[in-house]
Amino acid sequence: MTIKENPIIQVKHLSKKYKIGMDRTYKTFSESVTNLLKSPLKTIKNIRKHNDIFWALKDVNFEVNRGEILGIIGRNGAGKSTLLKILSRITHLTEGEVILRGRVGSLLEVGTGFHPELTGRENIYFNGAILGMKKQEIENKFDEIVEFSGVKKFLDTPLKRYSSGMQVRLAFSVAAHMDPEILLIDEVLAVGDIEFQKKCLGKMSEVAGKGRTVLFVSHNMSAITRLCPRTILLNGGHILQDGPSHQVINKYLHSDIGATSMRKWTDLSKSPGNDVVRLRAVCVCTEDEEIVEKIDIRKAVGIKIEYEVLKSGYVLIPNYHFFNEEGINIFIAGDQDRLWRRRTRPVGHYTSTAWIPGNFLSEGSVVVGVAISTNATPTIVHFFERDAVAFQVIDSLEGDSARGDYGGHIPGVVRPLLRWTTKFTPNKN
Amino acid sequence: MISNKNNYEVIIKAKKGFLSVDLHEIWEYRELLFFLTLRQIKVRYKQTIMGASWAILQPFLTMIVFTIIFGSFAKIPSENIPYPIFSYSGLVLWTYFSNSLSQAGNSLVGNTNLVTKVYFPRLFIPTSSCLAGLLNYAVAMSIIVLMMVYYKFVPNIKIIIVPLVVFTTFILASGISYWLSSICVKYRDIRFILPFFIQLLMFTSPVIYPPNIVSEKYRWLLYLNPMTGLINAHRASLLGYKEVNFTTLGVSIIMSLFIFVTGIIFLKNTEKGFADLI
Repeated sequence: MTIKENPIIQVKHLSKKYKIGMDRTYKTFSESVTNLLKSPLKTIKNIRKHNDIFWALKDVNFEVNRGEILGIIGRNGAGKSTLLKILSRITHLTEGEVILRGRVGSLLEVGTGFHPELTGRENIYFNGAILGMKKQEIENKFDEIVEFSGVKKFLDTPLKRYSSGMQVRLAFSVAAHMDPEILLIDEVLAVGDIEFQKKCLGKMSEVAGKGRTVLFVSHNMSAITRLCPRTILLNGGHILQDGPSHQVINKYLHSDIGATSMRKWTDLSKSPGNDVVRLRAVCVCTEDEEIVEKIDIRKAVGIKIEYEVLKSGYVLIPNYHFFNEEGINIFIAGDQDRLWRRRTRPVGHYTSTAWIPGNFLSEGSVVVGVAISTNATPTIVHFFERDAVAFQVIDSLEGDSARGDYGGHIPGVVRPLLRWTTKFTPNKN
Repeated sequence: MISNKNNYEVIIKAKKGFLSVDLHEIWEYRELLFFLTLRQIKVRYKQTIMGASWAILQPFLTMIVFTIIFGSFAKIPSENIPYPIFSYSGLVLWTYFSNSLSQAGNSLVGNTNLVTKVYFPRLFIPTSSCLAGLLNYAVAMSIIVLMMVYYKFVPNIKIIIVPLVVFTTFILASGISYWLSSICVKYRDIRFILPFFIQLLMFTSPVIYPPNIVSEKYRWLLYLNPMTGLINAHRASLLGYKEVNFTTLGVSIIMSLFIFVTGIIFLKNTEKGFADLI
């Protein structure tokens, strides 16, 4: 006789409200006082009008059983990270209730609390403690962590002397060895080298196999498919679908939630960027300047970004990151325009377009992340908007693409139409 | 590891009780407080030439300046003991208090990456700054021993009061830091007010001058500053040259505890908004 156990996580009618304009921007005391004095009516009205309120999550309900591995997907701003932050108690919910029946460990960032002045050894202890590990636990796993990271030789070197790759490896190693009952992981596997990422994924599925409950937010569809039997799709703060991963991912990729070929930010202060540069718009277009969601495999496709440079003096390199529907990085392209190479960009409005030639991409969805960075040590990333836009590549079956007359499935991340040559020597009979 | 699986349950609800201070949770996380404190101590003097000797130099150099300006030029009385030891015995405690405030007051904002990425009792962030300062206090006390030998002060039984005074100062500094650091999350004005506030507290406490140079009519004003009773008691119990005024010490202890407890309640009630506001 086994009595059915209560779910380890229960989320009931969870909602989270942000006041736009207030969240993440602090007020000065005098500002709020003068606002109140100048226009007391307006201030009260503003509070009552609710017009500057944004629901990051609205009436979210789900349960997770002990030992389940749950994927959470959705485009940027769907509420994925907010959900994890509420479950890990970093931020507080506005309405509803959450019941957690186990110790929660969250990994929303690699290397939280790493201090550049401290040695690798010291950082392992501190980072472990921050992640909720007990001192004894860290001591027991210390050798394993060091072994896993491969930075044994530099254990007593200050972290600031580490390469960024080494820092990430060390951070991952600590994180991969944390052992809570509920593990919350946000898009952290997006950094680091591929080999090491695989090693971490392996370690995590091993952990998950031991009865740990894992909630995993990712844009990496292949990792979600591999790790999580069940996935939740969030859109605009609601659960759109909750079910077997392949079904949910399919819905995500083949609906317009996952793919938008154009995005615009009307309020510059909230668009991706910093005080140097801010993104205004991204779109997918053809050579006829037409914005498209589907592109013929034989036609060139352009990814166009509009951005404002707010501070001069930086050599800015727009760069695009292309992913296929399995989350595999097809390629990365940085702006190599000779006119702007090694030249700082003055303040103003810019439009940059990169052209992907026809007969190059493979069929299917292509998701594009856009970034602008500056080469320095370390590289300055002014913004990196993952999943900014997406489009579908359609292979016509007209016989003049790389497909030729073949009608079956063609694997591969790219499908270039190559120049073929054949030399023929007839038999002399 | 899943030992307590049937009794471990956390319920997160929209409304929490007013006095929601979870002592059990603080105890659960106690090791982290230790690590946070240790990190501060280790980082504090990294990449400085003088290293930990700054713990001594800071109050010591201030003492020399004060002795020249207030002791020699202004001829401020010092309760019939040499001015250097008079001011240093106050400065050691004062330096601990003011450094704790200026570090802990900014601590939540200064640790934005921790506040927005991991959960643990936020109380630990300002507390660890105040704890880490205690080591500096201990190091700086070594000079007072040398000065006592030089000026031939023989400590007596009253010296057992010193730990109580230091502990109360820690409670007071933590309490004020809880208030300031939580307000600073929303209103960064605190950063600009803080140095002025610390200065004001110093001039209204007997670091430079003995309280009796203020006319009796206004002297009670000085005792509104909890540091007054503490610095007086620190000096008297350490050097043993006068009686410890238990009335003013008691008043300081009560004020400190009040600020400490209300500070915890205030921080606990505002902390759920920290990650969204910071």
